[in-house]
Order: sequence, then C-alpha cells, then structure tokens
Amino acid sequence: MIEKKVVIKNRAGIHARPAALLVQTATQFSSKILIEKENEKINGKSIMGVISLGATYQSELNLIVEGDDEVEAVEALVNLFETRFEEC
Amino acid sequence: MEKFTILDLLQLDLKEHDELKLRCVAGRPGLVRDITLPEIDRPGLALSGFFENFAYKRIQVFGRGENSYLQKLEKENNYDAVEKILNYELPCCIFTYGIEPTEEFFKIAEKTKTPILISDLPSSEFSTRIIRVLNNVFAPHQTIHGVLVEVFGVGILIKGDSGVGKSEIALELIERGHRLVADDAINIRCVSGNYLMGKGASVVISHHMEIRGLGIINITHLFGVGAIRDEKRVELIVQLEEWNSKKFYDRIGSEENIDILGIKVPYLVIPVKPGRNIPIIIETAAMNERLKRMGYDSAKEFSSNVMNWLETKSARAYFLEEKYMHR
Repeated sequence: MIEKKVVIKNRAGIHARPAALLVQTATQFSSKILIEKENEKINGKSIMGVISLGATYQSELNLIVEGDDEVEAVEALVNLFETRFEEC
Repeated sequence: MEKFTILDLLQLDLKEHDELKLRCVAGRPGLVRDITLPEIDRPGLALSGFFENFAYKRIQVFGRGENSYLQKLEKENNYDAVEKILNYELPCCIFTYGIEPTEEFFKIAEKTKTPILISDLPSSEFSTRIIRVLNNVFAPHQTIHGVLVEVFGVGILIKGDSGVGKSEIALELIERGHRLVADDAINIRCVSGNYLMGKGASVVISHHMEIRGLGIINITHLFGVGAIRDEKRVELIVQLEEWNSKKFYDRIGSEENIDILGIKVPYLVIPVKPGRNIPIIIETAAMNERLKRMGYDSAKEFSSNVMNWLETKSARAYFLEEKYMHR
C-alpha cells in the first residue's frame, strides 16, 4: 500500500473535467484507489465520488493506493496533480 | 446522380402537401426526357417572341396568363413562338389550374414529342410544391447502414458493426412504444442544407426487419401502424460498440458531433456488453437530447454548478484565512 499527499494546483479545483480525467487515469490500473480529504474517503474510480469531495485550490488530498500496479498508479495520479490537470 | 425523367416524376409517391396531381395529356414519347434542374420557368417572355436567355432546360409552367396569351395567338393564327418553344428540348410543359391547352398547341406538342402535363393545382401552389419535390430529388444524399428509429419524437440513427445487436435494440424500442423508420439501408438526404432526413432506401423493404433466429418480420403487421413512420429527421446518431475495457467512454457528457453531408449531428458512442440495457440508455439519450434542445444541458448545468460550488468554497477559505492572519 502506498500513501501519498498531493496538493491541488489548478485554480478551479477538481470540477467535472479534472474529475473525469482523474477517474479515467485511475480506471487504467487494477489497484484499489482511495482518495481522502479531511475525514472523507472515496473511491478514486467513481466520478461522482471524486466531484463530491469538493477539492478546491490548494486543498490537500491523500491518495491511498493498494494493488499490484500501485507504484505506476501513484506515479500517474501524482503526475496529473502536478500538471494541474492540463489547466492553469 | 442517376437520370430523373418525367416518368419518374409522375411515378413519385407523393402525399398530402407534396401531391402534384399531374396527368399526361400529350407527347407521351417524350416522357423519357430528363429533368436536370430543380427549377421552373414561366415562358411568358418566350411566348411573346423574346428568346434571349430562355431557360429551356427547366420545366415550363403555363398558368392562366400564359394560357390566355396562347388563346390570343390562336385567334391570330400565329404559332411561330409556340413552335419555336416546343422545338427546344424542353423537359416538359405543365399547365396549372387544370387548364387544357389549345388544339394547335396539342398538335405541335405531339409533333415535337414534348410531354404536356396538367395539374389541378393553382400556379403558385404548384410552383412551391414542385420546387420542394425536385429539391428533395436533387438533394445530396447517401446510404448509411444502420437502423433509424423515432424515440420520444427524436430521430435516432443507430449504427454499429453487424452482430452488435442494432435490430434487437430497435425491436425492443418498438416494443416499448417507439417507431421504426427503416432498418439496414437508410437513405439520408440533406434538406436545403439545413438538416438531414432519413428514410428507408426502398419502400418495399423498409418496415421489415431481419432478426437472427427469426428471419424476416413485418413490423407493421406485428406491431401496428403506430409502430412505423415513413421518414424522420435524423437528430442524433448512436454508435454501438462492443465494450472495450481499454477504451475511454464519455463520463460527463461532452459535445461530440459527426459530419454527414456537411451537417453536424450530435454523436454518442455507447458500449454494449451483456447486462447493459441499451434501449433504456437510448431512451434516456433521446430525452436528454430533447432537454438540450429546450435549452437545458444536464452536463453543462452540472459542470457549472460544481464550478460555482468550488469557487464559493475557495473564496470562503481565503476570506477565513485573511481574517485569521489579521487577528
């Protein structure tokens, strides 16, 4: 299991489009992916779940990934946050 | 485009507001002449002897005015203009108001093998109808493999590889009270550059379907006339695909269009796999399309609501932080 803290860097936060991108990336991996924000923990492969986190600019998320391809999955997800979901 | 002769025009199955009420009274050998332009001409100027730029390739429409002039010419025993007109390779002459042309006109038409048709409609009405009919005939068209159904009033063209279950899905939709326009070969034409109209490529086979294991079935007889319609505007295209776990399918609802004959039509790709109820998904897509047309786009509305929510949250966090810092 890998845990990794990420910070939202795109101004708009995780709205519909970034959420779709996140879920699209997450579903490529067989690992179980959970996203934690404050006390909420949701499935990273569910689009409505990801949106309902209400993750705004500069809020902190905790990725919890567990499975055979956990290393690649974390890398891919972190990369999304780092590249601001192709936004500004 | 293949040839479209006067005979084809007479044989078109036109109903209600398209009916031309035509009958041929003279020059029958000329019925094989081609119509090459979807336009008409009133030969008033030519009758009076002015032949410059005479649009002889168009259908010539004789109304009351032209006919009175013909009668006047008859009284004067002057047939030069008529002879000259009919010696052009005209597609045909059509008399409106059910007017019978004069005796001599008949003779010249028979001699030159020019078809003379009579319509009972008034000239203005006849002109609008024939132009509409000819525009439909000459409209750019193409044949597409798929099933065209009307779901909640929305014309949906279901496409997909054979064996993906198009016909079965259409059958289920018909069973649920929707309508079949045509199965398999759909003739789609672009109407006045504005929208696409689809109907069966052949009238004989369009309301039949081939269901694997059953063979050919007649939808009209099985489900009644309420289950079919002759033609329908194509407003949505649904592409069915075998579910591919490697492929990404639309998760929020993006605006994808496909170009057919230069018209952009909303386009959805729906993955099929056992246990997915595609007819219900198509019904929902139809209703969503209606909703969009009424000005409510579920996906856009949702997206902007989420954005607003996040913005408010963000602003509040910033405000609280500022206060805290000043204290």
